[in-house]
Amino acid sequence: MRYTPVACEQREAMLRAVGVSSVDELFEVVPAEVRLTAPLDLPDGIGEIELASHLSALASANTPAQGLVSFLGAGCYDHYVPSVVDHVLTKPEFFTAYTPYQPEVSQGTLQAIYEYQSMICALTGMDVANASMYDGATAFVEAAFMAARVTKRHRVLCSPTVHPEWQNTLATYAESGVVELATFPAVEDGLTSLSDGARGLAAQLVGGDVAAVLVQSPNFFGNLEDLAAISRVAHESGALLVVATDPVLLGIMEPPSAYGADIVVGEGQGLGSGMSYGGPGLGIFACRTANVRQMPGRIVGRTVDVDGNRAFVLTLSTREQHIRREKATSNICSNHALNALAAGVALAALGQEGLAGIARTSIAKAHYLRERLIATGRFSAPWDVPFGYEFALSYDGDVGEMQDELLSRGYLAGASVADIEAEWPTGVDEQLAERLVLFAVTEKRTRAEMDAFATEVASL
Amino acid sequence: MTERLDHTPSVAPVRGPRSLIFELGAPESRCVEAPAIDVPLASVDALLGGRARTEPPALPNVTELEIMRHYAHLASMNFGVDSGMYPLGSCTMKYNPRVNEDAARLPGFTGLHPYQPEETAQGALELMVGLSDALAEISGLPGITLQPAAGAHGELTALMLFRAAHTAAGDPRKKVIVPDTAHGTNPASVAMCGWEVVTIPSDARGLVDVKALKAALDGDVAAFMLTNPNTVGLFDPQILEITEAVHAAGAFAYCDGANLNAILGKARPGDMGFDALHINLHKTFSTPHGGGGPGAGPVCATAELAPYLPGPLPVAFEAGGFGLGWPEYSIGRVRSFYGNFGVIVRAYAYVRALGAQGLTEVAEQAVLSANYLKVRLQDAFDVPYGATCMHEFVMSGGRQKREHGVRTLDMAKRLLDYGFHPPTVYFPLLVDEALMIEPTETEPLAALDAFADAMLAIAREAADDPELVKGAPYTTPVRRLDEAGAARNPDLRWTPPSHGIR
Repeated sequence: MRYTPVACEQREAMLRAVGVSSVDELFEVVPAEVRLTAPLDLPDGIGEIELASHLSALASANTPAQGLVSFLGAGCYDHYVPSVVDHVLTKPEFFTAYTPYQPEVSQGTLQAIYEYQSMICALTGMDVANASMYDGATAFVEAAFMAARVTKRHRVLCSPTVHPEWQNTLATYAESGVVELATFPAVEDGLTSLSDGARGLAAQLVGGDVAAVLVQSPNFFGNLEDLAAISRVAHESGALLVVATDPVLLGIMEPPSAYGADIVVGEGQGLGSGMSYGGPGLGIFACRTANVRQMPGRIVGRTVDVDGNRAFVLTLSTREQHIRREKATSNICSNHALNALAAGVALAALGQEGLAGIARTSIAKAHYLRERLIATGRFSAPWDVPFGYEFALSYDGDVGEMQDELLSRGYLAGASVADIEAEWPTGVDEQLAERLVLFAVTEKRTRAEMDAFATEVASL
Repeated sequence: MTERLDHTPSVAPVRGPRSLIFELGAPESRCVEAPAIDVPLASVDALLGGRARTEPPALPNVTELEIMRHYAHLASMNFGVDSGMYPLGSCTMKYNPRVNEDAARLPGFTGLHPYQPEETAQGALELMVGLSDALAEISGLPGITLQPAAGAHGELTALMLFRAAHTAAGDPRKKVIVPDTAHGTNPASVAMCGWEVVTIPSDARGLVDVKALKAALDGDVAAFMLTNPNTVGLFDPQILEITEAVHAAGAFAYCDGANLNAILGKARPGDMGFDALHINLHKTFSTPHGGGGPGAGPVCATAELAPYLPGPLPVAFEAGGFGLGWPEYSIGRVRSFYGNFGVIVRAYAYVRALGAQGLTEVAEQAVLSANYLKVRLQDAFDVPYGATCMHEFVMSGGRQKREHGVRTLDMAKRLLDYGFHPPTVYFPLLVDEALMIEPTETEPLAALDAFADAMLAIAREAADDPELVKGAPYTTPVRRLDEAGAARNPDLRWTPPSHGIR
């Protein structure tokens, strides 16, 4: 009876109105062989007070990054979530609404998404953005599929420096045969190698059958790829350039559009969504106007109502599954609208200066920590290339033991590259990968914390 | 009708959209600023290797009050489950319990990084194992992945499992059969999985035409996808014959679990012979729809298919404690990390709150409420299929269109003036002028009656004053929109009036 407000007496009246003597009669259409005769084997229901206490106990059985000093990133970042974000998200008119199919009573969601799309265009430099995908990895896959439709080619080339989980996701989807995934294990100085003989990107593009070149910048190692050069060779072969990027850095970094990107995707979790053990995130997806009719997902457009008032509506729906079924650009229906709303509110709260400041601060602190860690003598730089607020260093001992020890002293000492690579290789030399640790530094870390961390490292 | 104000306001009330957020504030307006930089700062352009932006992004510059007023106004133009009854068929717009929201916001959950050592995330892993176990029991299928982010994502994941199993058996196949009542996501997922769609018609009762199914089941068919109860709100009593025929052809039987709410604790897809099922946590398990998401679409599969599930999965160790592991022949990843954990927390809370008995009562009340509404409306509207419905039913506005020239869309818009969200309209496709109504178990009897009264009043209006209905809505923040114009001349973003900083 917890969430079912119909009283017993009312239920009797409803049964009489329907013309049955019991609820079970309504289920007689279910064949007796499959009708359950015993209750499900589940724990008994509990009241709200016991439930709240049980969930608090489960939450307390975790040691969240907030209780530690965290340098973990690798695709999920501990950026500050502005206070206003949750105050907006918890408005029931937003979070208890469905997809805005009835625009007359959904202008709040629709306008907020239109504003989100505008902000993503401003950040990425692209012409149009959709209303969101599930996360960065699935947006990345959808970009590969879209590129195949646009170019009417089949083969997609994925840089080995893309996050291993994203490469793994793309490979899973490519089993469908909708695209043929080609990887080229050529990494040089933590960057996509263009010219490493037959293995390099340029050689892979000979033949002119490639739909898309997919790169990530900053890449899995935090390094900034040479997008201008990659763009040149990709476009020379008639392939589209798909760039995955970090929207926070775009507050201060030149957008992928400046290098000729055709599709820009990214993980938007850092914009207003907490880490929440990795989900829900926010799949950012933007492209050029010429290809908008091949774009997956929902899109909000501006129009007018019969009185001539400005109004917003889901548009270009003939791309979508509920209209086109098997000919749709994607099967996506539910997206991550509330995370898109969070990103819009966070970007409004930060503004131009705030977002640039967050990016600048994170970059400065990351470069500071890198120097401090190298100065301990325990870490060394595997390469010297530009990066944002995440970088890889090589440790001179056992990475797992180092992380365990520092955890006991209150630190999440970065991410082990070998651990993440275990499910998909990046192309970096295996012996080097064993020693590599990825450190991310957001605006939330302080110099005092980094100094103390470096001191602990030096004492190992 | 519109209530009239008993006085003339000095300023006209604002109904529709006011400003875009970009039209508010001033260049110097601030809300949240970055912390002071406490480390030496070299040139950012140099640190980025000459990649600094030459022009700042056109983001708004606004103060906190402006933000809160802006979104308060936007929220006031939205209709959610808290605003009133939301009988959107196949979407299960039930109440979203608030204790679940509180739980998902506990710092011990929101602050967890996915790459933290497992020993620092034992509570989260225990919760994921707990929900997985519950879904296995509810579905009758032992292999669970919580990874898929939505129902469509779950469909695709299940199809990938079928592909892997067929491939492993050395019997790759090419086609998937769906009935004409299927959600659009079903055929779209088939296409994304690289397979061909074969659509079979429903029979005169709105059920699977078993003869047509059997005729279509050849050696190239990989799977048959069925929503059961189906999208006209009927439980298909031929279900055992159907799954048996599918298996006899060497294909897999897939259950689209969008309508699981009807059979919680009453029957299990696994017992019906289905090989895999997706569950929409944002429908059956009360997690909010968020204006379009995020939801979650866990997949439940047979023991035969479990080794192919996407990884990593939460596991309980025999020696105690919890961790993450990969199934033996996993198809790989279908997304980053482990699933929409924030959604998983809410669904877990719902299952724990209700237990076996509570979940069974959910199905019973959902089905009773739908049948009650159907009885109240079946004289005024055509109801093409079935005496007894499950948790939803489909009516047709065909009579109103024929006799009065009033379409289902008009009646749906008129419902907005009565304070209700309209049902799903024009789906399923095989019903002319379809209205698909799903009240859910969380609506009180008074709300069901008020909705029925409104529908009956609209049926009378359609007869007496069709133009009134055709011009609706009158009381909403905006009125009917120029949707054709929106598609013809797409305006998909705000553009700054001039380049550079506003």
